[in-house]
Amino acid sequence: MEYDNNIPIYLQVTNQIKKDMIQGKLPMGEKLPSTRELAVQYQINPNTAVRVYKEMEQQKMCFTKRGLGTFVTEDPAVLSEMRTSMAEELLNGFVQEMKELGFSKEELITGILARFDKEEGD
Amino acid sequence: MLVCSKLKKEYFHKTAVADISLELEKGRIYALLGPNGSGKTTFMKMAAGLVKPTQGTILYEDKPIGVASKRDIAYMSTEPYFYSFMTVESVGKYYKDFFADFDESLYRELIEQMELQRTDKVTRLSSGMMAKLKVAVTIARKAKLYLLDEPLNGIDLIAREKIITAILRAAGEDSTIVISSHLVDELESVVDSVIFIRDGVNILTGDAEAVREEQGKSIVDLYRELYA
Repeated sequence: MEYDNNIPIYLQVTNQIKKDMIQGKLPMGEKLPSTRELAVQYQINPNTAVRVYKEMEQQKMCFTKRGLGTFVTEDPAVLSEMRTSMAEELLNGFVQEMKELGFSKEELITGILARFDKEEGD
Repeated sequence: MLVCSKLKKEYFHKTAVADISLELEKGRIYALLGPNGSGKTTFMKMAAGLVKPTQGTILYEDKPIGVASKRDIAYMSTEPYFYSFMTVESVGKYYKDFFADFDESLYRELIEQMELQRTDKVTRLSSGMMAKLKVAVTIARKAKLYLLDEPLNGIDLIAREKIITAILRAAGEDSTIVISSHLVDELESVVDSVIFIRDGVNILTGDAEAVREEQGKSIVDLYRELYA
């Protein structure tokens, strides 16, 4: 994974894991790698890996079973909330940047519709 | 685990290290950063007990550097130090004779991960393969403190990933790793602490995330600002 050096690494890894959960690559209830394995897999510092799980646990994305490890949440509500909030974040960023480029609401909507038409036409 | 205070090293009229005071903590991975000639190697050699400081003190677990500290500290120098008749396998045997903490089976495992051939002569290795061999044989020691001088220098991307993976595997709660480099961006995600050295003085030392927050910039940007 390529890292953006301006965003905390634990957040970037957390977001990647979120995406994997939403896309079903990491199914609900699945066992997650140990912090050391996670560090190797993402080529990050082991202490950062610990922080990733701490952050995830705080957001209820995962839970730990004592002695067994860390597991993906089994609560579908958490997953759908995660999906909604990630979408919201992307949308906010997109709208903000389009506004900075001087696009109006109408132009934006027309643009999006045209984009989808083009995709379907391909 | 390692505490330096007002460390200084002079070679005749040249000052290699002017004033380094710092403390290394257990379980952390440090990036030792600075341009060529800033004193990184001299600092490591002093910690490894290969060079005596002109002034100042350096303590490992509250005791001066010596025979006992050498047992716990694994140092990898930049220059190759194997005999020309050696093979990848005999380098392991050589190390085993020297260091009680050398783990032969771990060495074999590392050699395999690094895609090195046991029968290869060290004189035939490419610079990338030599770099991998040096890292493998160093971290096959179950040391408490690893000092790796420029392990990523002049190495292609794939070999670099292999080396970083091996280093991360060696990292543990009880071991401390210091990696010197001027390839700052390669290390940004790997280390949790940074030591910036300029003209033989450690000008900034601390937790990488805290440094990023306090300075409001990445380690790479900070490096540019400090040394440009």
